[in-house]
Amino acid sequence: MALLSKKDANLIKDPLADNNPITIQVLGICSALAITAELKASVVMAISVLFVLGVGNVVISLIRNMIPSKIRIIVQLVVVASLVIIVDQVLKAFAYELSKTLSVFVGLIITNCIIMGRFEAFALGNGPWRSFLDGIGNALGYGVILVIVGFFRELLGSGTLFGIKVLGDPVTKTGLYSIGYENNGFMIIPPAALIVVGIIIWVQRSRNRALIEEA
Amino acid sequence: MAINTEKNSYTVLFAVLMVIVVGSLLAFVASGLKPKIDENERFEKQQNILYAMGVNNNEGEGDVAFIPTTEVEDAFSQYITQQLVLDGSEAVEKENAYLIDVQKELAKIKSGEKAELPLLIGEKDGEKFYIIPMYGKGLWDAIWGYISLDDNMEIKGVYFDHRGETPGLGANIKQRFFMDDFKGESIMDGNTYTGVNVAKGNNDPLNNDKEDNAVDALAGATITGNGVTAMIKESLKLYKPYLQTIRTN
Repeated sequence: MALLSKKDANLIKDPLADNNPITIQVLGICSALAITAELKASVVMAISVLFVLGVGNVVISLIRNMIPSKIRIIVQLVVVASLVIIVDQVLKAFAYELSKTLSVFVGLIITNCIIMGRFEAFALGNGPWRSFLDGIGNALGYGVILVIVGFFRELLGSGTLFGIKVLGDPVTKTGLYSIGYENNGFMIIPPAALIVVGIIIWVQRSRNRALIEEA
Repeated sequence: MAINTEKNSYTVLFAVLMVIVVGSLLAFVASGLKPKIDENERFEKQQNILYAMGVNNNEGEGDVAFIPTTEVEDAFSQYITQQLVLDGSEAVEKENAYLIDVQKELAKIKSGEKAELPLLIGEKDGEKFYIIPMYGKGLWDAIWGYISLDDNMEIKGVYFDHRGETPGLGANIKQRFFMDDFKGESIMDGNTYTGVNVAKGNNDPLNNDKEDNAVDALAGATITGNGVTAMIKESLKLYKPYLQTIRTN
C-alpha cells in the first residue's frame, strides 16, 4: 500500500521541482536573498518555515469555513504571527542556543510570502491533511533552493561550509589559497543570491522547456 | 453551514473572539515559560562574562565553547570574586550586579539620571580581571559584550554578541578569530583612553602588532565594526574615573 495516493504525493513533489515556490512562483525571494550567506542559516530557516507552514496550513484549513472573507488576510497574519511567537518562546525555554541562531529569522518567517501565499491559495479551499502535505511540500521546495544558494554563497564567498574551512585558510594561505585562490567577497552580499537563484531558474527551465512562459 | 460569514456582525464577533483566544494563548505560553527563559538568560550572561576572562571550554581552533549551563553557576561563583557598581570613581559592592541591564543604565545616563554601572572583578590563577559590560549598536540592531582588562589596561579577553547583524558578515563579531584579535591590545595610547579601533586597511591581518590599538576589520561589515569601536570607546569612557584609580602603568 502506498503511503500517499498519487494526487497527494504530487502535493509534495510538485513544489520541489516544477512548481517550486522560489524559482517558479517567485515567492519568498526576500528571505532567500537575506539569509543565504551561510549554509547553517539557510538550513535553520528552511526548518522553521517547514514547521510554520505545515502547522499554519492545517490551522487555516480547520477554520476555513468560519473565517469571514473580509478579514481573512488579517486572520492569516494572526495565525502566522502567533505560531512564530510560540515557536520562539518554546525554543528560548528549551533550546536556548538554537533560539539565538534563529532570532534574526523570526521576523522574516512572518513576512515570508510563501506562507501567506499557501494559506490563501491552498489551505482556504482544501482539507487539513492535503493542506498539511501542501505546506510541507512548499516548505521543502523553498528549503531546497535555500540550501543550494547557501551552499554556493558560503563556499565561494567565505571558503567554508557550516563554518568549516573546506578550502584551506585564507589568512595563512593553506589549501587552495596557497596557489592563489581568493574568496569572492561579492558572494556574501545579497545581490549574489539573486544571481545564484537566476542561474538555478535558468538551469531548471532549460531542462524542462514546458516551464518557459510564452513571451 | 448555517452561519452567514459575510455579515458584519459575524465579522466583528469573529475578530473579537480571535483576539481574545490568541491573546490569552500567547499570554499563557509566555508566562508559563518565563521562569525557564529567565534562567537561560542568566546562565548565558554568566557564560559570557566567564568567557571574557578566559574561562571557557575552547578546544579546537575556531570554536567558541562556554562552560556548560549545568556548571556555569558554580564556576561563576568560583571565578568572580567581587561584583561592584560604580559611584563616581568609587566602587561599592552589590549583590548580583551582573544582572543589571546595561542598556537601561546607559539610557539613564543620557537623560541625566543617576545610573548604576556594574563592574565585575574576577580572579584566575592569581591574576585579577576587571570585567566591564558594554552595549552599543551595530548595523541592524543592538550589539553588546564584555571586556576584561588587567591593571595594566591590557585586554585579557572580550566577548561580543549581537541581536540581528547579517549572518556571514557583521554576525562574525562573535567568531573566535575576531574576538581573539583583541587579546593583548591595550586600551591606552600613552595616557589617553583610546579603546581599540576595528580598522580597515590595518595591514595586520594576523594581528601581530599589539601596540597599535587596532584590530583588523571584518570584510563587508564596516558599520558593525564601527559599532564595536564606538561601543568599546563609549563604555570605557564611563568607567574611566574608576580605571584611573586601579591603573598601574
